Parts: sequence; C-alpha cells; structure tokens
Amino acid sequence: MTLLQVSELRLTFGGLVAIDGLSFSVNEAEIVSVIGPNGAGKTSAFNCVTGFYKPTGGTITFEGTSLLGMRPSAVAGVGISRTFQNLRLFGELSVLDNVRAGSHLWLKQSVFDALLHTPRYRRSERECTDEANHWLDFVGLRGDRYSAARNLPYGEQRRVEIARALARKPRLLLLDEPAAGLNHTEKAEMLDLIRRIRDLGIAIVLIEHDMGLVMQVSERIVVLNFGKEIADGRPEEVRRDPAVIEAYLGSDAHA
Amino acid sequence: MNETTKAPEAPRKIGAQRPQTRLSKLFDNRWVGLVGLLIALLVPFVNASNYTMSIMTTAAVFVMLASGLNIVVGFTGLLDLGYAAFFAVGAYTSGILATRFDLPLVATVPAVIVVTVIAGVIIGAPTLRLRSDYLAIVTLGFGEIIRITANNLPVTGGPSGIYGIPGLTDSPVSLYFVTVVIVAIAVIGASRLGRSRLGRAMRFVREDEDAAEATGVHTYRVKLAAYIAGAVWGGLAGVLFAGQVSAISPNSFTFLYSATVLMAVVLGGMGSVPGVVLGAIIISLLPELLRDAADYRFFIFGVLLIIVMIVRPQGLWPARSKEALK
Amino acid sequence: MTQLVWNGLFVGSFYALVALGYSMVYGIIKLLNFAHGDLYMLGAFSGFAVLSALGGVSAAMTLPVLMAVLLLTMVSTGLAGVVLERVAYRPLRGAPRLSLLITAVGASFAIEYGMRAATGPDPRVYPVRLSGTSIEVFGARLTLQQLALIGVALVLMVGLNLLVTRTREGRAMRAIALDPRTSALMGIDVNAVISRTFFLGSALAGAAGVMAGAYYGKIDFLMGFLIGLKAFTAAVIGGIGNIPGTMLGGLVLGLLESFGTYWLGGEWRDVFAFGVLILFLTVRPTGLLGERVTERV
Repeated sequence: MTLLQVSELRLTFGGLVAIDGLSFSVNEAEIVSVIGPNGAGKTSAFNCVTGFYKPTGGTITFEGTSLLGMRPSAVAGVGISRTFQNLRLFGELSVLDNVRAGSHLWLKQSVFDALLHTPRYRRSERECTDEANHWLDFVGLRGDRYSAARNLPYGEQRRVEIARALARKPRLLLLDEPAAGLNHTEKAEMLDLIRRIRDLGIAIVLIEHDMGLVMQVSERIVVLNFGKEIADGRPEEVRRDPAVIEAYLGSDAHA
Repeated sequence: MNETTKAPEAPRKIGAQRPQTRLSKLFDNRWVGLVGLLIALLVPFVNASNYTMSIMTTAAVFVMLASGLNIVVGFTGLLDLGYAAFFAVGAYTSGILATRFDLPLVATVPAVIVVTVIAGVIIGAPTLRLRSDYLAIVTLGFGEIIRITANNLPVTGGPSGIYGIPGLTDSPVSLYFVTVVIVAIAVIGASRLGRSRLGRAMRFVREDEDAAEATGVHTYRVKLAAYIAGAVWGGLAGVLFAGQVSAISPNSFTFLYSATVLMAVVLGGMGSVPGVVLGAIIISLLPELLRDAADYRFFIFGVLLIIVMIVRPQGLWPARSKEALK
Repeated sequence: MTQLVWNGLFVGSFYALVALGYSMVYGIIKLLNFAHGDLYMLGAFSGFAVLSALGGVSAAMTLPVLMAVLLLTMVSTGLAGVVLERVAYRPLRGAPRLSLLITAVGASFAIEYGMRAATGPDPRVYPVRLSGTSIEVFGARLTLQQLALIGVALVLMVGLNLLVTRTREGRAMRAIALDPRTSALMGIDVNAVISRTFFLGSALAGAAGVMAGAYYGKIDFLMGFLIGLKAFTAAVIGGIGNIPGTMLGGLVLGLLESFGTYWLGGEWRDVFAFGVLILFLTVRPTGLLGERVTERV
C-alpha cells in the first residue's frame, strides 16, 4: 500500500539546515500536500526525493527500493514524475515535443531503427505522438501544439508541464506549486485536473500555498516549518492543530 | 492557430496521426534534399575539370563534417572547438592502415569507426561532466593535443605526415560521385538521428538539462552518445579526405579548421540539417569565389560569427520547432 | 633545478597576468572571453607601434621608456577591451551561453586576422630588446630584466587585488558577480562596472603583451592564441573567478610546464599543459583555491 516512504530525512548546505528529520509516507492513489511557510524546506524535500539533492541523512524508499544515490533520471525510471516550481519547459521546442519527452523511458526504439526507418521506428514514433496528444487532451490544453512552448500563456505552460510528467506513465507525481500564478478559473480547473490524475491511480504529492485548494483536494497534509515536520494528518485535523495554527495558519485560520 | 483540443482529428502538421499528412511531410523533406542531391550530381556534366572536381569533392567532405558537428553543437548544444581532432583521427587511422598494410581504403573503415568511437569516449568521458563553457576550451585543448601528437610521433610521420594513401577510385569524377553519395547518406543519417528518440533527448539536454533528467533522460549518456556520433561522422569524413588528397599532415587539422566547420554550422543554422548543409557549401565555396579577399577571409569569418550571433542566431535556414521533430 | 624553478616562476608570472583578466571577466559576467589572449597580442603590437614611433631608444633609457610605453599600452589595450565588450558581448547579455561563446570565438578571429590584414603575416622584431647582465642566485642564472619584469607583474597583481578587495569599485564588481539584478536594484551602474572590469583585465593582458615582446623580441598576430589557452588553464588551476587563486594558478602552471618540459622534452610542452588542464577539470574543477568562492556565495 505504501508507495513512497521518507524517514528521518536530513539535508544541510554547509552549516545551514534545510531539512531536519522529515518523515512522511504516501500511499497508492493518495493525494498528500506538503505545506509550510517559504523556506520551510518543501522544494528541498522534492529535490531529495527526485535525486537532484543528495540528502545528508535519512532514507527514501519507493515500493521498498531505496532511492538514495540514484541520479534523477533513474528516479524517473522507477516511476516518479515531477514538475518544477518555476516551469522548466523546453522553451524552443514545440508543445508536442515537450510532452513527447515524457515517452523517453518507455519508447522502444534503437538508433538503428531510427537510421533505417524500420517499421518499429514508425510504430514507436506514432505511439509516442499519440500518447503526447492523449495527455495534452487530458490536461485540456488550449492553444497550438506545434508552436514553441515558450509562446504559450503561463497557465497553458503549466498544463504542458503536467502533461509531460504524465506521459512518463508515473505511479507517483510530485507537483511543485502547480497553481502558483493562476487565476481563479484556472485554479478550479487545476483542482479538477489533480483529482482526475488521482483517479487514474496515480499518487500525488502537492506543494501548494493556496490553502483553499490544499484543503479541498488533499487526503492528508504534512506541515513543515524550518525544516521540521510539525504536523501530519487529515485536513480537518491539521486545521485544528495548535502548532500549525501558530506556525502557519495563525493569521489565516479561516482557510 | 485553430484549437486542436476538442478536435483530435484536425490535421496535425507534424504529428504522425494521419498517414497522408505524414507521408506528404516526408515527401516535403525528401523533395528539398533530392533536388540538392540532384544538383550536386549534375555538376560534373557541366564542368568536369580536375579543379572543379577537387573543390566540389572538398566541399562535399566539408558538408559531412558540418553535419557531424551539428549533432554535437546544434542538436545537443555542446560547443566543440576541437572537431578537427576526429577528422584527423579518421584520416590518420585510415592512412596508416592503408599504407602500412597495403589495404584498400574501404577496408580501413571498420577500424576507423572503432578508433573514432574510442577517441570520442576518451575525450568525452572526462569532459562531458563539466560545465558547457569549460567543455569548449577542453575540446580545443584536445584538438591541439591530437595535432601536436601527430606532429611528434614517428608512426604518424611527424610534421611531413603520411603520403601515398590509395584513392577511393581512380578518376576525379568517379571520386566525386562516390563522395557525394556517401556524404548524402551521412547527411540523411544525421537528420534521421535528429528525429529519433535519441535525437530528441539531445535537444532536451540542450534546452534544459535538469528538466531532461527529470523526464528520465540520462543526460551524461546522451551527451556522450552525441559526442561519439559526432566523432564517427568526423572520422569517416577523414577517410574521404585521406582518399582524396592522398597525403595528410598535421597542418590539415588546425584549430582554424575546427573553427571553420563551426562557422558553417552557425551560419547555416544550429540544429537544422538543411541549414548546416547550406552553410557548409557556402563556407567551403565562398573562398574560391572571393580569391581577392583571401587575406581577409578569417577576419570576415570572425566578424560574421559575431554578426550572426547578434542579428540572426538561428542561422540562414533555421531549425523550426515544428520541423525539428517530424 | 633552481634554474627550472626560476624559469617556471618567470613564465608563470606572465600567465598569471593574462589569466587575471580572464578570471575577472569570468567572475563578473560568467563569460569565457575567448578573445582575451588576443588582447595580449594587441598589447604587444600597440607597444610595438609606440616604440617604433619613438624611433631608437638608447640602451640606458630602456627601462624608463619601457615603463612609459607599458602605461600607454595598458590604456589603449584596456580601451580595446571596453570596445570589444560593448560591440560583441553587451548585445548578447542574457542570451544563451552558447551564443556568447561563439561570439567570443568570432571576436578572437576578428582581432587576430584583423591584425594580420593590417600588419601582414610575418613576425615583427621588437625594437627594444631586454638583454642584460645576468646574475647568479642559488645556482640559477637570471637577468636583471627578468627580475624587473617579475617586479612589474607583481606590482600590477597586488594593485589589482587591493582594488578589488579594498575599494568601492571592487565591492561593486563583487556584488555584480554575485547577483547582477540585485546589484542594479541597489543602484550600481552594472554596465559601467562591467566596462571597467574589461578595461582592467585587458590592460593587464596588454601589459603582459609588451613585456613578452620586449623579453622574447618577436611578436606575431597569433601569439595570443596559445597564451589565451594557457591563461585559462592557469585560471582553472587556481580557481576561476578567484584573484589570488588565479595568480597562484599562473605560477603553478609555469612551474609545472618548466618541469614537464625538462622531463618530456620541449615538443610536448603544450600537450603537457593541456593534460594538466584536463586533469584539473576532471579531478578538481573548482581549482586550488576555488572552494572559497563557493563558500562565500
């Protein structure tokens, strides 16, 4: 049942402690939010899980396999996808190509297939394009799929990034502030999208500042403050937790 | 553009969704390439003097070099300033084997491929982990190391090099035809590589290494693969060169030569196969047309590099994002 | 043995002087100024032009005249560096790294072959030749001129270090190196500071060019290519962007080369230097003193 298990995670930069003993777990097809004030170590935790940072201590396992020491592409290989806080699309490439990147790991095609244009090459290219189109439809992209990704409006770029992550066919999706910079309607659509992704059987870990969204969509919430975990529970429990109210929701208790 | 969200059946300009669209696109690409190839093959019927054949063969070899460097610089975004090193490794390997063991040039090709792959790994493996700008200087250093080594070793004939390398064919015209066909195959190969899973991964690396890693691209391996592909293209171009000139010396493989190939790639359009072919033809034939300006040739190259980068970084025939991956 | 050390230190101080400009420019705008070695060549030629215009120089006046020429050359090379930045690099600030690097390669070609077009391909003989009495120190033979040149190089380097660490201007440079946008918000005129950085770095390279011309006696339009590479190597050995590190790197490279040449023979000298560069980049890419820089950030 448990998909991702993070235990006693520690991360220090020189003398600065970014994460101090963080533990949480994610079950299959569950939506878990990680919240906390800026600088609490949320994105650092994502970077540890996905192999971009090497944790100083602790363990991270995915379906029982340790992820420590894996490079990010290997972490992607075990079935974890992510998005970035500040959009990291391949700006000069077309929207479709961006999403086709997601198929890199499962696409069966050798260099010789490509050089000789074998039937296998044609088949796999078609499969990869179909898959990309499927996910663009799924996230509801509006706009041209053939123009450079950087030409899309911001909200659409967010969708493309999620489509790219989904085309990887992950079991777990890490979303880093997917609603940041979106307007009210777009936020509602994002909420719906996150739920539809979960309905596909994909577990989601969400970093998000919009409390409304977090409370509505999450099954569990982990609260971080100064690199430490101060609460972990269902939304209504977290909302009532005095430590959380003091550290984070204090000024915004109605959220 | 029209909304494609709710109409997946709408014609996809580059998608492989509908067979007709895909075929016509293929035809489009082939058409441009075929006309170019046809023109190249018709040249000897217009003028078959030894001189014309010689500069045209040289231009064809140059096209092959540029299409190989384009894999490294254009597709993957790694600046290689020592590309002539692979050209040299190919030419020397083939020249030494052919003269020492009395082999026909064609028989040296497997050995050349093996040696250039090894050279690509030796040069690439330690350097490709570095930041991209360090890589430029290190490749330049390697280019110089290869040239100076060839200059100092007895087996490479020292400064006078290797002579008496057998030709690929016996007449300049037939050599030209053979060269053009081989180069055309190499160019098509580079273009197909660019439109494959690996070629896409190279572009992802160029655009954003972290994002590429996150989508599962082992960036180091992809860079190494690009580097090796570039090495093989350069090495095979070296075989053609050795067969054409029959005598090679370290002076053929200077930094100046590497920079000239780079100029062709940049001028034509980094990452664009037709652009790079065009750039290579311009760069190799222009000096023939502007003989009077010979003294200013590299000065003009330098200024042109700056101007292209400031005014038109995408080159003369840019790689369009929609064309990039068929 | 002592002779090898001495030769190494002497050549190393040239490398250090050129490497400093490389390092400063890299530190401030993260650009490998590929044309930096060519500014050294430009310095040698402008020194040549000034000396030729002066006509003959009497032997007694060699050093003072040389100092004056040095100063003049530093100003003109410095200005050339400023123009280079203005014309070729500034329009591309914020462009992808690849574009900037290619531009720098283009600039290098333009300067080298522009000079070739202007003065011809043949090497020029420097009108001043430093050849003087040699003295013996710890078994090594060295000339007073060599000592003087090292002295000048040292003064320039120490002066630069003081400028960067002790003055307002230096503080502005370091601020831009850390974060150009915030520096601009804090009221620093980023363009002006970058211009002045180019001026300083290029002036140092120009000084090294004149000194090399006067010492070796011969200059040509390609003389900057190799020294540019060596200077980059020196900067990497010491830790690029780090001023004391770069000076150290220059001296270390000079010594390594001096000993390497002794063991392997002169024809392998450059191969040895590049081998050291590649080794350093793979084993310790931050250089000898590079760590300090990362800690500061």
